[in-house]
Amino acid sequence: MSDYGKPGSGIGARLKRKEDARHLMGRGSFVGDIAMPGLMEIAFRRSPLAHARIKRVAVPPELAEWAFTAAELAGVKPMQANNSIPGFKSSDFPALATGKVRFAGEPVAFCLGPTRAVAEDRCQALTLELEELPPVTDALAARTAGSALVHEAWGDNLFLTTAADVRFEELSSKAEVVVKREYKLARQCMSPMEGKGALAYWDDRADQLVVYTSTQVPHIIRTGLALHLGLDQGRVRVIAPDVGGGFGYKCILQPEELALAWLALKRRRPVRWTEDRREHLVAAANAREHHYFVTAYADRRGRLLALDAEVTVDVGAYSVWPFSAGLEAAQAGGNLPGPYDFFGYRCKTYSVATNKPPFVPYRGVARPGVCFAIELTMDAIARAVGREPAEVRRENLVPASAMPYDNVTKKHYDSGDYQKSLDLAVDKIGLAAVRARQKQPEPDGRRIGVGFSTYTEQTAHGTKVFAAWGIPLVPGYEQAAVRLTPDGGLEVRVGVQSHGQGMETTLAQIAHEILGIDPAAIKVVHGDTALTPYSTGTYASRSIVMAGGAVSRSCQTLGERIKRIAAHLLQSSTQEMRLERGEVHGPRGHVSLAEVARVWYLRPENLPDDVDPGGLEATVGYKPKVDSGAFGYATHAAVVAVDAETGQVEILDYVIVEDCGTLVNPMVVEGQTYGGTAQGIGTALYEEMVYDGAGQPLASTLADYLLPGAAEVPRIRMFHLETPSPYTEHGIKGVGEGGAIAPPGAIVNAINDAIRPLGAELCDIPATPRRLIEALMRAEAGQAKGAAE
Amino acid sequence: MKPAPFDYVAAASLEEAVTALAAAGGEARLIAGGQTLGPMLNMRLATPSRLVDISRIAGLRRIAESGTKLVIGSGVTRAMLEDRSDPSPAVRLMCHVASTIAYRAIRTRGTIGGSLAHADPAADWLTALVLLDAELTIFGPAGRRNLPMPDFVQGAFATALGPADVLEAIAFVKLSGAARWGYCRLARKVGEFPEALGAVLLDPARAESRIVVGALDGAPVLLPALAERVAREGRGAATRESVGAAVAAAVPGLDPVALRLHSVAVRRAIEQALGA
Repeated sequence: MSDYGKPGSGIGARLKRKEDARHLMGRGSFVGDIAMPGLMEIAFRRSPLAHARIKRVAVPPELAEWAFTAAELAGVKPMQANNSIPGFKSSDFPALATGKVRFAGEPVAFCLGPTRAVAEDRCQALTLELEELPPVTDALAARTAGSALVHEAWGDNLFLTTAADVRFEELSSKAEVVVKREYKLARQCMSPMEGKGALAYWDDRADQLVVYTSTQVPHIIRTGLALHLGLDQGRVRVIAPDVGGGFGYKCILQPEELALAWLALKRRRPVRWTEDRREHLVAAANAREHHYFVTAYADRRGRLLALDAEVTVDVGAYSVWPFSAGLEAAQAGGNLPGPYDFFGYRCKTYSVATNKPPFVPYRGVARPGVCFAIELTMDAIARAVGREPAEVRRENLVPASAMPYDNVTKKHYDSGDYQKSLDLAVDKIGLAAVRARQKQPEPDGRRIGVGFSTYTEQTAHGTKVFAAWGIPLVPGYEQAAVRLTPDGGLEVRVGVQSHGQGMETTLAQIAHEILGIDPAAIKVVHGDTALTPYSTGTYASRSIVMAGGAVSRSCQTLGERIKRIAAHLLQSSTQEMRLERGEVHGPRGHVSLAEVARVWYLRPENLPDDVDPGGLEATVGYKPKVDSGAFGYATHAAVVAVDAETGQVEILDYVIVEDCGTLVNPMVVEGQTYGGTAQGIGTALYEEMVYDGAGQPLASTLADYLLPGAAEVPRIRMFHLETPSPYTEHGIKGVGEGGAIAPPGAIVNAINDAIRPLGAELCDIPATPRRLIEALMRAEAGQAKGAAE
Repeated sequence: MKPAPFDYVAAASLEEAVTALAAAGGEARLIAGGQTLGPMLNMRLATPSRLVDISRIAGLRRIAESGTKLVIGSGVTRAMLEDRSDPSPAVRLMCHVASTIAYRAIRTRGTIGGSLAHADPAADWLTALVLLDAELTIFGPAGRRNLPMPDFVQGAFATALGPADVLEAIAFVKLSGAARWGYCRLARKVGEFPEALGAVLLDPARAESRIVVGALDGAPVLLPALAERVAREGRGAATRESVGAAVAAAVPGLDPVALRLHSVAVRRAIEQALGA
C-alpha cells in the first residue's frame, strides 16, 4: 500500500472508512439478516431446458395456495428495456417465463413456504411439461440465416446491429503493415460476495409496498416496480440495506424481484427471496462474452492508421431493464479505439440473442473486452514491425499536449498524460531488467514475459450520452440534501447507493472540505427512497463525481446560510465570515456551528431579519460542465512466469499507474482498484461459464466456476498520477470500474511475450492451462510441418 | 439450495451405524465431516431418507501403530494428518498430500474415509493410497473384511462398499527410512481438485517401487513397468517420450492436452523422488 495522500480529513486524506467498523465486527445488516414476524420465504422453479415451449405448469391441488405461475401474474407488465438506437428490436422480459422458456434456469413458477427448504420441496412437486426447441448457443452461428430463433417475431437473432465508418478506406490504404486477429472472451458471472436478495411487505400505516432489496439503484427499482405492478410511485418505498457488492448485477430490476413484490401485494405479509450461489451462476449476472475480428493498419514504425473491427456480443435471451441489451456492443464499438491517436475506423457490432441468461452490465461495461482486443492488437503490431511493444504503444497514445482530445469515435478525453502513466509503469515494472533476465534460461525452466495495457475509462457520463442511447433511464442533475443538526452535526442524504465503495466516508470528506465539520459528526444517509433525493443510482463510475459534486454544492449553499446567521451573532458582515474546524470565524471572534444551529432551531428570536427561510437544510443539484464524462486512465503492467509444460501462469509482479483526477481518499481508490484488478485477473486466467451444445450451464458451484482467491492475486504495486478534470467539481473523476478493465490485456500480453520464442500466441481468455497448451501444440505442429516441408 | 427432508441418526458405535444403515434399506447415507455430502444435500443431488452420523465414534478418529504399519481411522481429518510430526517417509507423504487439499477450514472437518468412500477420481487420497499400497478395513453386517486399494476403488464414484458398510480404517506400511517419494499435483488454483496427478514411490530397501497416475476419469492407474525401469535405471528411464508413452499405453483415450498434463505430472513426481 502506498502512503500517497494529504494530511487532515478532507479531500485527499487517507481517512479510514467509517463503514468498516460494522462490517469488520459482523454487524452489517444485509437482506438476509433481516428478521420480521411472519416472514416467509420463496423459491423458484426454474426451467431445466435452454429453449422450449411451455405446454403446462401443473400445480397439485394441495399446493394451490402456495404455488404461483405466470397465469396468476398476468397483471404484472413484462419488462421492455428498449433503446432508441435505430434498428433495436423490442422484446418482453416477463417476471415468469410466458409461452416459451429461453434459458436454462429461467423462472417458470415459484412457491411460498415457512422456510426456504419447504418452498423448495413445494417447487419440486410442480409438474413442468416442456416441448424442447433447438437451442441457440453460439452467437456467431446465431447471426446466420437458418438459425433457430430466440424471439420468433424478429425473423433473426439480432437485438441490434451498429456500423461506423470514419475515413476508413482513405487511411487504411496508406498502411505498410496489416495485422489481423480474432479474439474471444468467455462468458462470466459477476459473483459478488452477497448474491441478490429481496424482502417485501405491505405497510398498512404508510399505505406502501416496502421492498428491501440488495441493489445499487433503489430509486430506479422503485420506479420499475411501480411501473410494472401498476402502482403509484408514492405507494412504493425501496430500501437498500447493506449491499455486499453489485458490480452492475444489482443495477437492474430482476424478474424475481418483480415476482416477489407482486406476492407481497397479494399476500400482504412479509416474503423474501434469497438468491443462492447456484441460481447466481446458472440464471443470472452473465457478462463479458465478446468475439472480435480485428484488422489493424499501421505504418512501418507501428503507428496505427486505421482499425477495422467486427464485434459480436452474446447478450443472452432478454433485454435487462433499464440498461437494455444493446448497450454492451454499442459501448464496445465506441470504446474500442481506447487511448490511441488515430483517425481511420470502421466497426460493425452485433448484439445477438441466444438461449443463455441475459447479459448484464458488469464492472467496466464492454471495456474489459475492447481493452483486451486493442491491447493485444497493439502488441501484435509491435511484433509485426519488430519493435518493443511499450515503445509502439507510447507512440500511439494520445499525447498530453493534445488534451482535451476528441477521438475517432467523438469521445471527448478531458485531461491527463497517458504516456506518463506508461512511462512510469515501464520504469516501475523494470522493463529493461526483464528483457535482460529473458536472455538467460530460468532455473526452474519456466518462461518469463512482460506485458502492458493502457486504457481510458469514461466515468460519470451524463444526460446527452444516455439520451443518445435512449434507454429508460437518463441521468440529469444529481441532488444531495444536507442538513445541519441542532447540535452542529451534519446529515448528508444522497440517492446513490454505496455498496462497498466507501461513500459513507468519501462523501463525508467532501462535506468536511467545505464546512470543516469533523467527519465523525457527519452522517451519510443513502439507500432509502423515503429519505433521499431521487437518483438514478450507482453505476458507470459516477457516484463520487455526481453525488460528490452535489454534496460539495449543497454544503456551499448551506455554508452561506450558516455564515449569514453567524455574522449576525458576531456582529460582522457575512463576507467577513470563514468556516474553519466546525466554527465560523470573523474579525470579532468566532461561533460554533452548534451555536448557529441552536439559534436556528431553538432560539429563532435571535435570528437576523434577512435570514434565508430555507434554514439549515439545502438540496442542490449538480452535474459536470460537460455530459461526455471525466476520463480516468491507467497503465497496468504484469510480469508472468509461464510453465510451457503445464500451461500454468504465475503473476510475479503487477504494477498499476492510475489517474482518477483529484483523489478524494487514496486508500479508497486503492481498495477499489485492487478489487477490480482481482476481478480482471479472474477474466484473464480463471472465470468461465461454459455452456454445452444444449445450452446447459456446466458450472453450478464455485468448484466449477473458478474465481481467483487469495493465493492467485499477487501483491499489487500502485502509483498515482493526479490530473484534475477541468469539468468536474474539485476535479474528481470516477474510478470504480477501472481496475477490472486492464488486467486481461496486461496479463495475456505478458503470456504472449513469454511464449513468443516458442512461436505461440494466445488470443482467447481465460488463459487456462488447456488453452495455453493448445496454443503451444499448434505452434509445435506448425513448426514440425514447416520443418517437414 | 436447501436439503430435502431426511431423518438423522447419530451412531455411537460401528454396530449402531451398520444397523441404522441396514434399517433404511439402501436409502441412507453416512455423514462424517460433510464437506462433500453437505453441498450435495443442499443441491439435492443426494436425497437420502436418512443420514447416519459417524463423527462421534471415537474409535474412528484414532491413528495407531501396528508393527511396521500405520493404521488410520476413517474419521481422521485431513488436518490431523497434516499436523502429524512422524518423520517416516510414508507419513511425510500423507502430511504433504493433506496440506494440498482445499484449505484449512475444509481440512479441519473433512475426513480421509469420507473422501475415499466418495471416490471422486480427482481426490488426492485415492492416488496417494494406491501409491502406498494401502489396505482398507470395512465393517459391515457380516463383520470385518480387508481390501487392497485397487479392489476398493472400482471407478469414478464407485467403491466396494455395500449399502450397510462402514469404512473403518486405512493401513499401510511406513516404509524404510531411505524410501523416497514424489507427488505432483497440477491444479488450476491452490486447493482446487487437481487436473492431473503423478505419484512415485521408490523404496529400494524393501524392493518396492510404484508409479501412479491419478485424477483420471476413473480409478488411479499404476505404471509398473515404468516404475521398475526408474528404480533400476534412474533418471534416464524418465524421458519425456518414455513417460508419455507409458501414460498413453496405461490410460488409453486421453486427449492430447490431458495426456500432456498427466505425463508431466508423472515425470515431475519421478524427478522429485529422485531428488532432481
